[in-house]
Parts: sequence; structure tokens; C-alpha cells
Amino acid sequence: MTDRRIRVLIAKPGLDGHDQGAKIVVRGLMAAGFEVIYTGLRQTPIAVANAALEEGVDVIGLSSMAGSHMPFCRKLKVLLEERGLQDKVWMIGGNVPASDHAELRQLGFTGIFPTSSKLDEIAAFIKEQVK
Amino acid sequence: MSADRPTQRRVVNESGIEIKTVYTAEDVEATGGLQHVGDPGQYPFTRGIHAQMYRKRPWTMRQYAGFGNAHDTNQRFKYLIANGQTGLNVAFDLPTQIGFDSDDPMAEGEVGRVGMAIDTLRDFEIAFDGIDLDAITVSLTINGAAAILIAMFLVMAEKRGYDVKKLRGTAQNDILKEFIGRGTWIFPVEHSIRLVGDTIEYCAQHAPKYSPVSVCGYHIRESGANPAQEMAYAFCIAKAYADETLKRGLAIDEFAGRLSFNFNIFGNLFEQVAKFRAARGLWARIMKEEYGAQDPGSMWMRMIAAGGGGGLTHEQPELNIVRGAYYALISALSGTQTMALCSYDEAYTIPTEYSARISLRTMQMLVEEMGLADTVDPLAGSWFVETLTNQMRDKMVEIMADIDARGGIVKQIADGTAQAAVSAQAYQMQRRIETGDFRKVGVNCYRIEEEDHDVEFHPYDEADAKAQVDALNKVRAERDNAQVAAALDRLEKDARAGVNVMPALVDAVRTYASVGEMTQRLVAAFGRYREPIVF
Repeated sequence: MTDRRIRVLIAKPGLDGHDQGAKIVVRGLMAAGFEVIYTGLRQTPIAVANAALEEGVDVIGLSSMAGSHMPFCRKLKVLLEERGLQDKVWMIGGNVPASDHAELRQLGFTGIFPTSSKLDEIAAFIKEQVK
Repeated sequence: MSADRPTQRRVVNESGIEIKTVYTAEDVEATGGLQHVGDPGQYPFTRGIHAQMYRKRPWTMRQYAGFGNAHDTNQRFKYLIANGQTGLNVAFDLPTQIGFDSDDPMAEGEVGRVGMAIDTLRDFEIAFDGIDLDAITVSLTINGAAAILIAMFLVMAEKRGYDVKKLRGTAQNDILKEFIGRGTWIFPVEHSIRLVGDTIEYCAQHAPKYSPVSVCGYHIRESGANPAQEMAYAFCIAKAYADETLKRGLAIDEFAGRLSFNFNIFGNLFEQVAKFRAARGLWARIMKEEYGAQDPGSMWMRMIAAGGGGGLTHEQPELNIVRGAYYALISALSGTQTMALCSYDEAYTIPTEYSARISLRTMQMLVEEMGLADTVDPLAGSWFVETLTNQMRDKMVEIMADIDARGGIVKQIADGTAQAAVSAQAYQMQRRIETGDFRKVGVNCYRIEEEDHDVEFHPYDEADAKAQVDALNKVRAERDNAQVAAALDRLEKDARAGVNVMPALVDAVRTYASVGEMTQRLVAAFGRYREPIVF
């Protein structure tokens, strides 16, 4: 793992078109030295799970602004586990209310970065989590 | 932190213009003088498109609203109207905006979440039930599926006995900006522009008082553009629609008067006011000199000055009430026709009745208590404001020339370079905020480390989505499905033949064909847009 850069998938789940934040995170993580794959808008759970597998990423990050993240994450968890990706780092950012954090952690989303999180915090978290 | 600010510090606004400590008449002269100012209601309309502006009629107050199903939204509309709102600004859910029916697998979890779910004409009939469309103008925030929803609005009004020839209202219908920000595109770029042309052409002929397009600098600004770029991008996009419509043989004065704009109001107060004043004069000049418009109405930059979402903060959300008040002040000082404010809780959720009412009262206060509706363009003649207006105009002209020199806005959107340029700037701004170079109160200065947010979340009811699907199935069972199929066949045929699709859409809407069914036929003819990923 030391001879290759950490690979991060950033995905936009569902129909939400607000991608300013996702793209900022992509740029921030690229600047921090990660290899970043951005899916673009309107990803289904299965599309995200397949992309994560095919791209061989270490980190799967979702950016959600329009409120439909919980049903999405519940589905994605099953699909990621089916593909043996439970040991990867799962993250979510955006408009993610505090009341959802406990369930997200329980599902396996260990990195939760709500609106107003800092790019350096996100990068530091990834470096710490990906061994 | 010291109370004194270093006087030697360079101050540069977001658009890249250096701000001086003191302005004099010499600064105005050095930047082009007062030749672009003129009188309110006179070319080039820098001071306002009407002679008396708010003295005659205050700006329309049009809060963005819609959620759940048509019944829920109808109630919210009536609540806002009862509280003094003078126009409606309709929020649709994402499946409607992107052309999926409520029972489409892609719509799962999204029905009625960020706006009202619309499947068929039946929903529109319910949503506007009891609302006088002569007294309250309706703005539809719809883009990808705009042609369909405009058809639906016109048919709904006609069925209720309104004369479509006299019907006023607006559709956002600015698809080019959706590719840069907001993201509710459906069809490839060229077909998307064609659909905008179809709506402008159709409305010019059949609904001449209806404004089929509101070109949005707003979302480009939200996506990272600075204020001068916001206007420059919007004008390039508006010109692309005008060019598309001219190709169909319409004269500029047959449709330009119904083009309108949607701009953003967050940021530095003087920069925004100068931005609007400069842009009004620039748009008038473009229409008159480049397009040969004769009718003053064609030269008017009619606008909604709205939102300010990009300036609101997640931190200390109650401060957004204050920001909203300043943004409303900016809008009033800028001579807007219509105003809408983001509510203080919008960094978290869609507004509650309570937060929407605060926004409405904020605007009403400017009219009733603060004297903002009494005098036209009150900042005119300020050496600072006039200088900045001249400088902002020059910036906009420079940016538009640069966009054209690099192949034009349509090409840059199609190949993803416009999106990349705007998002690169959003990233730079994020860095500036994180380093404290660009100050945001409560974010990178005057923070409260342990914040206890007391924001009431708008509830999302899964049962609403189920009810919406049941209602759709009921319509499908009751309508004449042979008629629907024939109307959809004609729609696809016209779309493939390059004929204006609006007449076919109007007929399909009348049969209670659904948004998803009509979109599928257009996708069959046009294909779907594929997003270029460019960084």
C-alpha cells in the first residue's frame, strides 16, 4: 500500500444536482495527494458499489445535499458488503443532520463530514483510516 | 484581534476590482463618467427599467415554496398569500425536475422531498386550486422538464377559464446553467437549447405575456462564479437563447421583452448594487446595438434578485436572518422587479412556515418601515457607486469577450470547461475561507466552538410518496389511454422531425399523459446528456 497513492471515490447519490461541494472535496483531496475518481451526478447505489469495486478504491465518499441519503446508505451498505468492500473506508458529507449520524456510523459510515467541515480535516481522516 | 484595521491593506472585491479608501468625482470621470447612467425608465436603464419603480409598485415578493404533494403545496401557497406574498415561486421535487414519474425506480426516496411532486395535469389542477392567476403571478422553477411543465401550466390556466393570451407568469427554463450548477439536465446540450427555443417561439405566438425563460446567473454564482462572472455568463447564455430563437425567423422584438433574469444577492453590498446597475445598462446596450432591438421592453433586464443561499452559513444559523435582511436591502437598492430570500434554516432544511414568514416580513419591512420603496435608485450619484458601476461593466464586457474568444459559452458547457472553471473558483474560495483570508462571521471569525443548533427540520413523510403513486395510478386508470398513446406518438414524431414540440406537448398534457411518459418520448428522440468530468 505504501507504493501507491490512496484512491478515493467521490460519488453524488440520487437525483440531487448540487455538486459544488463534491467538486471542492475532489479538488481538495487531489491537492492533498490522493488519486480521486469522481462519478458525476445521479448515481444509484449499485452504480456506486460497482464503481468502488472496479476502481479498486480505498475510500468511498458520498456527497448529499438534498436529504435522501439515509435510504441510499442503507442500500449501499448491503451492496458494498456483497462486493467484499466492508474493509474500505466509507464516508459521507454534505447536508447530513446530526440526528442521522448514529445510524450512519452503525451502517459503517465512519467518516461523517457535514456542511462546514474543513478540507484538511477530511484529508487527515483519510490518511489516518487507510492503513 | 485588534480593533484597528491596517490602512495599507489592499482591498479587492470578489470581482477583482481594487477598492479605494476615498472616492471623488475624478474617479467617476476616470472610469467613463456618468454617460452610462441616464434617467430611470430611459435607455440605458442603469437606474431602473421603470421611471417610478417602487413608488408605483413595490417589488413582487415571491418566496420559493413547494413540498410533498399538490395538496400540501396548495396549502403553503395559500398561507404565504394570506401573509402578504404577491407572487408564487414553485419548488418541484427532483423526480419532476428530471422527468421521472413518482413510481419510477429512480424516484425512490425523492418524491416530494425538496419540492412538490407533479406527475400529471391533475396535480397542477390541485396545486393552484383557489389561486387567482390574474392577481398572483406564478414562477415555475423548472428547467430540464420545463417545456412539459409550461405546457401543463398553460393548459391548467386555460381549463380554468383564463385567456392564455393575457396570462402572465414565468418559467425558469434556463437549461444551460443547469449544466454548470444545479444539475437537473435531461437531454444533450444541443437538444436542450432547441427545447428552450421551442418554448420561446411557442409563447411568443400563443402566450405573449408569459415569460418562458428566466436566465440564471444565480446558480453559476452559487457554483463558484464571482459577481461580474455571474452576469457575464448569464448574458452569454441569454444571447445563445436569443440566437436560437432568431434562427426560427422571429424578430428580436417579438420575444426579447419576455426574457427575464434571475440573479444572486449575497456578498459585498456595494459590489452587488454596482453589479446590477452596470448589468442593466450593458444588457440594454447588447440588445439595442448587437441585436437591433427597437422596443425598449426588449432592452429591459427584468429580474428576480434572489436567494443568497451561497452566503448563508451552517454555523450560528440565526445570523442568517440578519444576512437575509442585508441581502433584501441589496435587492431593493438594486432595482429588482421581484425578490425572494433564502430562509435562515436553508443551510439545513427546506423552510418551515415560520422561517418563510420571517423572510417575507423582512421584505415587507423595507417597504413599510425603511423607505426603500420611496425613491428610485437612491445610491445614484455616489462617487463610489458610480465608479464601481463603471468598473463592474468593464469587467463584465471583458469576461464575455473572453468566453467568446474561447469558443463561446455553448461549446464550453458542452465540453465541460465552463463547469471546471467555475468549480476551480469555488475551491479557491473554500481555501480562502478556511485560511481566514476571506472573512465569514461565525465561520472563520467570531466563532462559537460548541454550537447548539435549534433548527426545526421540515418533516419528510414516506406516506406522502405512496399517496402520490396511488394518485398517479388512479389517473392512469381513469384517462383514455388510447388517446394518451396517440398524443405521445405524435410528440416523439415531432421531436424527431425537428418540429416545435410545444403543440404536441400541450395536447399530450390535455390527455393527462405524465411527466415521465412525455420525457421518455423526448429521450427516445434526443438521447440523454452525458456529463463530462473535467477538473
